[in-house]
Amino acid sequence: MRIRPKGNTGIVEGDLTPMIDMTFQLIAFFMMVINFSDAEQDQRIKLPASELARPPTAPYEQPLTIHLTSNGHFIYAGDELFDIARLRSALLRETQIILRHTSKKLAEVTVIIRADANSKTGLVQEIIGICQELKFEKFALRGKQSEASTIRGA
Amino acid sequence: MKIRNADHREIITLQMTPMIDIVFQLLVFFVFTFKIVLPEGDFNIRMPSASASESSQPSETPLLKVRLRATPTGELARVQLGDLVLDGEAPFAQLHLEIRNLVGDSGGPGSTEQEVEIEADYELKYRYAMNAITAITGYVDDNGEQHKLVERVRFAPLP
Repeated sequence: MRIRPKGNTGIVEGDLTPMIDMTFQLIAFFMMVINFSDAEQDQRIKLPASELARPPTAPYEQPLTIHLTSNGHFIYAGDELFDIARLRSALLRETQIILRHTSKKLAEVTVIIRADANSKTGLVQEIIGICQELKFEKFALRGKQSEASTIRGA
Repeated sequence: MKIRNADHREIITLQMTPMIDIVFQLLVFFVFTFKIVLPEGDFNIRMPSASASESSQPSETPLLKVRLRATPTGELARVQLGDLVLDGEAPFAQLHLEIRNLVGDSGGPGSTEQEVEIEADYELKYRYAMNAITAITGYVDDNGEQHKLVERVRFAPLP
């Protein structure tokens, strides 16, 4: 019996060029959009929009960021606090740390308030009130940048 | 003359495996560190406590009071500038026009003296307070340029 040769036994190499092209494009994309900034954001907060909300020209020096969710919970330093008294004691501890370990005055520290668009204005005022009691004076009310005018339709 | 056989060439194969390894490692790193950062901005306000602000020099310009009244569900019921009730279709746009008339803006720098106090109901949704702050503090013209109106805005202390 005649045995036929099994055909071409050469090494079959796939063309890797398109895959490498694509991978490099993906790397280039992620390198362009990567952001190493330590901006404190929380996905639970839907900020109110404003056409005048602009990023600060210079970064704040060691700001305190307080988040307020739509259901009235406070988020401070990664902890969810369910009442204002807990927030007060957390801020009190923070002020003691600032006063002991830095030469900064509390009036120079910026308190960033990231309140949800549907949270109660009264709670924002309570946060401001507590901060004022603790001698903070500078506040930054954070909003989402908007291209369209937000005051035309209420 | 002896002519060398030109067809006798070695095929050089590049080692792709290490490069693909490192490229995938880079890709995985970037994918995991990718974070969508939404554009955010601030309204900077300086609000010392009531006792500290009382000791400072009183301003000569009268304090403007903006009242924001809420429905029981926290929606906006009424906007009031002093005694003037703004109850049109777009009350914040009306408020903005009133403030512009009062401040006398003509595209120049904002009023550094004028102070506005916002007295909002406790239950009012914060987005309305933000709308009021936007209407009071400035505007963006057709060229996309930002103009300031009133820089000193504060919330009235809670009762």
